[in-house]
Amino acid sequence: MKLIVAIIRPDKLSDVMEALYRAEVRGLTVASVQGHGGELEKVETYRGMTVKMELQEKVRIEIGVSEAFVDRTVKAILAGARTGEVGDGKVFVLPVDHVFRIRTGEVDELAVTPQDTGVLAHM
Amino acid sequence: MALPAFIPLLAAVQDAPVAISGADTAWMLMSTALVLLMTPALGFFYGGLVRSKNILNTLMMSFASLGVVGVAWALLGYSLAFAPGSSLIGGLGFAALNGVGLEGAPLAPAIPHLLFMAYQGTFAIITAALISGAVVERMRFGPYLAFITIWSLVVYAPIAHWVWGGGWLGAMGALDFAGGTVVHVNAGVAAVVAALVVGSRKDYGRKAQVPHNVTYVLLGAGLLWFGWFGFNGGSALAANTTATLAFVNTMFAPAATLVVWMLLDAIRGNKITAVGAATGIVIGLVAVTPAAGFIGPMAALALGAIAAFPSYFMIIYRSRTRLDDSLDVWAAHGTGGAVGALLTGVFAAQVWGGKAGPVDGNTGLILTQLIAILGAAAYSGVATLIVLKVVGAIVPLRRSHGEEGVGLDVVLHGEEGYAKGEGAVLVHQDLAPSKATVRDGIAVAAAHS
Repeated sequence: MKLIVAIIRPDKLSDVMEALYRAEVRGLTVASVQGHGGELEKVETYRGMTVKMELQEKVRIEIGVSEAFVDRTVKAILAGARTGEVGDGKVFVLPVDHVFRIRTGEVDELAVTPQDTGVLAHM
Repeated sequence: MALPAFIPLLAAVQDAPVAISGADTAWMLMSTALVLLMTPALGFFYGGLVRSKNILNTLMMSFASLGVVGVAWALLGYSLAFAPGSSLIGGLGFAALNGVGLEGAPLAPAIPHLLFMAYQGTFAIITAALISGAVVERMRFGPYLAFITIWSLVVYAPIAHWVWGGGWLGAMGALDFAGGTVVHVNAGVAAVVAALVVGSRKDYGRKAQVPHNVTYVLLGAGLLWFGWFGFNGGSALAANTTATLAFVNTMFAPAATLVVWMLLDAIRGNKITAVGAATGIVIGLVAVTPAAGFIGPMAALALGAIAAFPSYFMIIYRSRTRLDDSLDVWAAHGTGGAVGALLTGVFAAQVWGGKAGPVDGNTGLILTQLIAILGAAAYSGVATLIVLKVVGAIVPLRRSHGEEGVGLDVVLHGEEGYAKGEGAVLVHQDLAPSKATVRDGIAVAAAHS
């Protein structure tokens, strides 16, 4: 199992979600974050006060996947999030000790494998 | 504008100057302020419907009209609309407000000419701003300003002249109390043309583009309704019974539209939506605009109720097409205005507004109304196309897709509507990066805006 953490541009989120959907990756957590990836700062002016916005709006995606899904998940994120400009973000793949599905108590690989019934019931 | 029905009488006493009426002047001063408020209100109505990264740009599209169209109106627009001229356009007699003073206005002798001019100016301002709903979230700001300024002079002013300034539509007997054709059909057609020329937003039809603040939409709709009492009530150009009729109709027609809209929402989707309610209110207001001073209150209820249907289904239909009239200016103003203008030809009654309708035997009125709608729509469509093509030939009308993705607030205005301020570093002027040294990304975008 791996935990995949991706930092991407906010306006690429729907592209990434679409790519993940096509790759049949289900289940993710998304958070709005701020960060700096080496891109030029935004310069803004408020009543003559010029400020450099050193932190950019970003979106962090976290996905726990089984080993078989690592590759296709990363590829989907790369494909969906890329614009070619500085500031497209990063994808991190982290090892995971254990995963528990809270509803059923399933552990590890089972806990990150979508259950057909559960998925269908929610669609 | 409702001209008095007793024109022969008026002609007899034309030589004697009519005294300025304190009551009329007070109401028209108030009405002018009310209509002016509608433009910021429109900004909030539109602003709530766009994504948060474009809120400032959308608000500014309305607010800036207060500036550019306001100035253009004083310098030239008023004259082209209301100075004596041909049946197609006014002359230059009132250019730069030459001869527009504190004496009685030619079309409303009981209020100062200057006040009449200012009141009409608020109409030009909001009509131009209405078009912005079709090009939000992608059009560059400079070309937009150039477009609405020129548009107010070469599209709005002539059509206002046709109906209210002594032009051919007014002479033909077309009824347009407060601007169903001049304001709403005109803006609605211009909006379709603008959406086509500027093109769709990059994500249109591909990604969901959800309103970012529905509370603003309701706030805007509420303020629009409030201001619309000046728009319609003030179009009597006097504090009189016609103003009362228009005022009351402005209260009840949107009420009926709102009720029908909520019913349609409930029947079709099982849920009554807030965006739908706000939209219904605006469409009711649009529809009653041409009729306000000509029809009775029960007819206003019927008109408001009927007007809900075409616009409701136009919105559903439009969103399935490739026409990115983003905030449905056509469905709300074009369709609502045309339906209202046609129904004016059905419900107008001598007993209420002094203008003969079908009930008085004037069955040809609806045909006259139709000609007025088609005439204004045709001219608006062609002239808007020419103005936009000319502006577009000189400067690009929109930014790159990448910049559209970042959002127009940062790219075009260098501000954010909801800046958190975290990570903001004060730049001292002598240390500020010069525009020339900034190579790529957003900073370059800001330099070109």
